[in-house]
Amino acid sequence: MVPLSYYMILSAVVFVTGLVGVLIRRNIIILLLSIELMLNATNINFVAFSYYLHDTAGQVFVFFALTVAAAEVAVGLAILIALYRGNPTVNVEEFNLLKG
Amino acid sequence: MEIFAFFFLATVIALSAILVVAFRNPVYSVISLLVMFFHVAALFVSLHAEFLAAVQIIVYAGAILVLYLFVVMLLNLKHDDSYQRQVWIGVGLGGVALAEIIYLVVTAGSASPRSLSGDKMMACAAAAASAMPQGNTEMVGRLLYTKYLFPFEVASLILLVAMIGAILLAKKEIRGE
Repeated sequence: MVPLSYYMILSAVVFVTGLVGVLIRRNIIILLLSIELMLNATNINFVAFSYYLHDTAGQVFVFFALTVAAAEVAVGLAILIALYRGNPTVNVEEFNLLKG
Repeated sequence: MEIFAFFFLATVIALSAILVVAFRNPVYSVISLLVMFFHVAALFVSLHAEFLAAVQIIVYAGAILVLYLFVVMLLNLKHDDSYQRQVWIGVGLGGVALAEIIYLVVTAGSASPRSLSGDKMMACAAAAASAMPQGNTEMVGRLLYTKYLFPFEVASLILLVAMIGAILLAKKEIRGE
């Protein structure tokens, strides 16, 4: 039997990896992939708690998190393509349209 | 046996997560994320969440990552954008955050009397595994269509809004408007 804290530490490792990815990368696609990593880390936590607390509600929450992730990817990549059309780069430092 | 499976899956998940961030070529990053999603699905199976494991593979590996690969190849990124200047600050902050989380998890497991770990929880999980009268999919579906019916409808609305938003954002501007 694997203790629950192992799952929480695994989830923390994956979440922090995604966080560091958002902080250190310039490529906007890798930034979106890092957000996926963070969402998946929370999913691992939800499923582990759902198993250990004998409550299926955690799995339903993962279902909703998945819906939101799919919506986020669709809108995020559409924004990326719209931006790329005006300024052909994926470097986040060159997107400063709203800078005063 | 179970713990060896967990350690294998956890190692692969952690390594492929780090590789997603570390690879310079976005295609390699996406493939690495694919490996991670498959191993997370295996972890879900080991936690008796078979329905979510299937959904993870179908939705994440089948739909979301294909969309990412499509965009990466559509944009044809030849020059690789390197890392930000503050790589070591970011890694250091991440290390500090990880140390804090692990400290909190470990101390909460040992100190608090109402903690979630311990023998009681093991017994609870064992009872749950043995006394499962219906399959995992039936349980999730029943809960989704009774107690969480309203959030389910809201989720469908979110998907509709995302679909309209994606079409509106990605289409070319119509001339003469």
